[in-house]
Amino acid sequence: MKRLETFSREETQILGRKLAHILCPGDVVILTGDLGSGKTELVRGFMHELDPNAIVRSPSFSLVNSYPTARFTVNHFDFYRLSAAEELFEVGYDEYLSTDAICFIEWGEMFPEAIPGNCYRMIFTEASENHRVIETDLPL
Amino acid sequence: MQSFTFSRFANRFKPSQKLFSNKLFTAVNMVVLGIESSCDETSIAILDNGKILSNKIYTQKEHTAFGGVVPEIASREHIKKIDRLYRNALEESGKTISDIELIAVTDRPGLAGALLVGISFASGLHTATGIPTIGVNHLEGHIASVMLENDVPFPLITLVVSGGHSSIYRINGFGEYEILGQTIDDAAGEAFDKVGKMIGFQYPAGRSIEECAKLHTGSELIDFPIGKVREHAGYNFSFSGLKTSVKYYAQKLSPEELEIQKPLICHSFQQAIIKAILNNLKDAVRDTGIANIAMVGGVACNGTIRDALKATFGESVWFPSPILCTDNAAMIAKAGLEAWNSGDRRFPSMQPTADISRKEFRK
Repeated sequence: MKRLETFSREETQILGRKLAHILCPGDVVILTGDLGSGKTELVRGFMHELDPNAIVRSPSFSLVNSYPTARFTVNHFDFYRLSAAEELFEVGYDEYLSTDAICFIEWGEMFPEAIPGNCYRMIFTEASENHRVIETDLPL
Repeated sequence: MQSFTFSRFANRFKPSQKLFSNKLFTAVNMVVLGIESSCDETSIAILDNGKILSNKIYTQKEHTAFGGVVPEIASREHIKKIDRLYRNALEESGKTISDIELIAVTDRPGLAGALLVGISFASGLHTATGIPTIGVNHLEGHIASVMLENDVPFPLITLVVSGGHSSIYRINGFGEYEILGQTIDDAAGEAFDKVGKMIGFQYPAGRSIEECAKLHTGSELIDFPIGKVREHAGYNFSFSGLKTSVKYYAQKLSPEELEIQKPLICHSFQQAIIKAILNNLKDAVRDTGIANIAMVGGVACNGTIRDALKATFGESVWFPSPILCTDNAAMIAKAGLEAWNSGDRRFPSMQPTADISRKEFRK
């Protein structure tokens, strides 16, 4: 696992923008970290690189937000308010995964059984109010 | 996103739709069956002449009828409930399926699996009975919710605030929408739920925060920041920063201090939300010259926010009753009826998009 540090919202976004040049269609990234630790901020940076006009909203309520772009579709999941993995499959989760889309899954660690085997991981820890430590197995 | 379409059905049933349309186009007094299953709630409603005869929503109250309490999101199992709700709604309304003249179903935006249940149910009824069927945008349903009980004037500035949305629309008439602003990160309802969870309330936490804020006395106020949005044009919201500042404030307190300060935190947080809403609405009113305002969606249940809007805008602000603020099928039936009467004949086809502009919306 590689250890990265960011010191502002913007820096976390820049990390996301870099990711846009690394990930390939079909990749799944699990984002782990507390509320406000920068998970959505990373996806915001990623989407900005693909489509500067995209508005990335939190998927906590909708469970998934899909962004079709010129290069590939991005599915942004959030398991935060789920209580069991079965609920995912009831809303068509496996159909979202079985495409060439890139998937980000916030709180993915809540349901290990619902996570594909070969996914990347990013773990966000809050060192202080603006300082984040991000551990990842991505080649960033 | 996987695309699910009902084009085969749409083609197949086009002739019958036309046959009905001539007869019904002028008929304003219709019995409409509404179906909603886009997210957590499953709901079936029956409207007669725009009046609600029945509006069944699968909530805690209904649980006894189904045997025991189910976890909150298991209420996603729409498929297990929809038929029962349909029967209950018909029974309550005193109507039979042969009285129904139009079926209106939410077909966008929402979760594929959840939407599919409502659309399939509507398609099944349509196939069996030949009753004309129309697809409704969930957001258009929320907008229509305020028209069920009030004769609202147009043009109208409408604020849609719920767990998943925080948007401001300019509405020139039914079906003519222009988006004036939206959240660029978290929705207002989501901010309530997440802040609630941080300070120890059960999810969803909107009502708990409102109740707790009422316990606060005195003029003390924590100055939580209201996000200003500069990157995108319009009257936009940003609630993510507010959520984070409440978190850091609460983290610095001991458990005992947090318990004591809870009413103050809830009050201050709620005031920050109100300030953000009022700022944007005031700007929208000033720039468009439209004085009439409606507030719809789950967050419109919040009495403190309602009172703040009434205090600012007086008589020219409209709200639906709380039961019509949450996701419900009565508003879908109303939106379907209005769309049908305006000549729209869009057969349900699933779309994940949240865009309700007429071009996109009435394809």
